[in-house]
Amino acid sequence: MRAVIVGNSATAVGAIEALRAVNQSAKVLVVSEESHLIYSRPLLSHYLGGEIDQVRLAYRPSDFYTRHEVTPILETRATGIDTAGRRLLTQDGNSIAYDKLLIATGGTPILPPMPGIDTQGVFSFTRRSDVESILTYLEAHGGKEAVVVGGGMIGIKATDALIKRGIRVTMIELAPRILGVALDSTASRLMTRLLEEAGVRVLTGNTVTEIHSRDGRVHSVTLREGGTIRCDLMILGIGVRPNTELVEDSDIRVNRGIVVDEYMRTSAPDVYAAGDVAEAYDLVVDMNRTVAIWPNAYRQGAIAGAHMVGIETPDAGGVAMNAIEVHGVPAISVGNSNLEDEPGHEFLTDLDERNHRYKRLVLKDNRLVGVTLVGHINRAGIYTGLIRHKIDVGASRSALMSEQFGLLSLPDRYRKHVVTGEGIEV
Amino acid sequence: MSKRIVIHEEHCIGCRLCEVHCLVQHSSSKDIIKAYGGEHSHLMPRLTVEEDGPLSFALQCRQCEEPSCVEACVSGAMHRDPLTGMIMCDEERCVGCWMCIMVCPAGAIQQNLLGTKIASKCDLCYGAELPACVAHCPNEALTFDDVAEKGAGS
Ligand SMILES: Cc1cc2nc3c(=O)[nH]c(=O)nc-3n(C[C@H](O)[C@H](O)[C@H](O)COP(=O)(O)OP(=O)(O)OC[C@H]3O[C@@H](n4cnc5c(N)ncnc54)[C@H](O)[C@@H]3O)c2cc1C
Repeated sequence: MRAVIVGNSATAVGAIEALRAVNQSAKVLVVSEESHLIYSRPLLSHYLGGEIDQVRLAYRPSDFYTRHEVTPILETRATGIDTAGRRLLTQDGNSIAYDKLLIATGGTPILPPMPGIDTQGVFSFTRRSDVESILTYLEAHGGKEAVVVGGGMIGIKATDALIKRGIRVTMIELAPRILGVALDSTASRLMTRLLEEAGVRVLTGNTVTEIHSRDGRVHSVTLREGGTIRCDLMILGIGVRPNTELVEDSDIRVNRGIVVDEYMRTSAPDVYAAGDVAEAYDLVVDMNRTVAIWPNAYRQGAIAGAHMVGIETPDAGGVAMNAIEVHGVPAISVGNSNLEDEPGHEFLTDLDERNHRYKRLVLKDNRLVGVTLVGHINRAGIYTGLIRHKIDVGASRSALMSEQFGLLSLPDRYRKHVVTGEGIEV
Repeated sequence: MSKRIVIHEEHCIGCRLCEVHCLVQHSSSKDIIKAYGGEHSHLMPRLTVEEDGPLSFALQCRQCEEPSCVEACVSGAMHRDPLTGMIMCDEERCVGCWMCIMVCPAGAIQQNLLGTKIASKCDLCYGAELPACVAHCPNEALTFDDVAEKGAGS
């Protein structure tokens, strides 16, 4: 059996580790257009911020490939799939035969159509090569002021890194509030204030309409709502969209992402897709959708990898979630955490604005469907477990908001399940 | 089969000796006076004692069979030790992003902000014959038993 994986990131590692846990005989090849062995994309901001070096950027030890008997094929772009002939086509005109194929091509950065986007000093922020280019640029030209476009997770992480390098940032977000996909307006306001306390200028409901250069390098940007901003550097951190290019000319079904079932199988035989590129089941919204987060990529990869060698573990579904930190204050959001005034939902909140503390639970039919924690995050995962297992928390509702919230606040049977690992008899 | 810390909440008297000895075990001096003296400033127990009226228990990492923390860890710090099969946090690699805290269903991982920012969890007193919390529990509310593989992260 020959398994071929396109993409060499979280999804690929999930697949390789799950496959090798049960099978030593399959031949496994990983094809990646990048030139690096596995590294952690979420740590790119820590790398840019100077908190970690290249060694710690690696997500697995350097013997990962030999230990798992995987052949990495780097700097090789896959260009198409011959699903009938079971071959992966590559940019050099060759092709690689597969018995099972996993498409783990992740996301591509969303680059808005802005005049001047090709100017030197304008960077995207999704790959190791982006960060290396930024570091080289800063080394050569210095930089005191930056514009970051995008107030979502990627924009925030880029901003946090630039702050740590002593660069002043103006963040520009098109939506009325930053982190709107994850946070309600109160939590968003807290994070905005924290950014401002760290010296960041936050502009919402605005965007860049033109990028200006001087001596061939970025010098300022024009804003849609008027005015221009000086900058030595600009980062586009709007987000990613599923990188479905590889399957565009194939018969594989694509919606927003590649459509997959509970085993991450696509519409083509023996072709799987997982991670940022796939549209898999989200158990909170109860439908398939793309959610570009690391834990989902790893888990979906593992399900696909196991299935390739005959282990059928259906995916119970993912939950949208994120952990970020601004100016030393952590924030966690899980599930439908950004809902506001939604009919049929209940909202429990506790706000201590001065100390940057906020807790907000979203309930529906006595079940937790969303959580936001700012400032105090220990034990957040207990809430996530309640969401994941759709536990009726009707009886323990008051304890949910208590400072002492813990396993003792949970319904007995669920607590027993968490503590002992025994099944939940509901 | 592998060894796990088993919690017997009906035997726990809430004395918190487990907390004390957990901290001492993870100090460099392994001395109770020193650990609680100078060293204490950057140490914290790797377990949590929960208490509500007469009910109490000490909780440490449940060693899930399908650990959510490993799945969510973006640095590669959270891993299954290839030798012992135990879920461990490599503190040298941890960047303190708190993804693990977000997903641990038992709430058994905590922020350690006392030194370098890292996720703090039970390591079963790596290398020791018996975890310190088990060894010092006066009422056998914690035992170290052979159990069939299973855990909370199912
Ligand atoms: C700056 C940044 C910070 C982030 N922080 C967090 C965080 O804190 N927490 C979190 O949960 N998530 C975070 N994410 C999201 C997380 O990184 C992704 O969800 C995750 O990387 C998805 O993994 P993947 O394996 O599906 O795809 P990717 O990581 O996108 O990897 C896909 C790989 O496939 C390669 N590839 C694509 N097409 C081809 C082709 N045709 N041929 C060959 N190779 C190809 C790409 O070059 C890439 O290397 C962050 C993302 C970014 C960009």
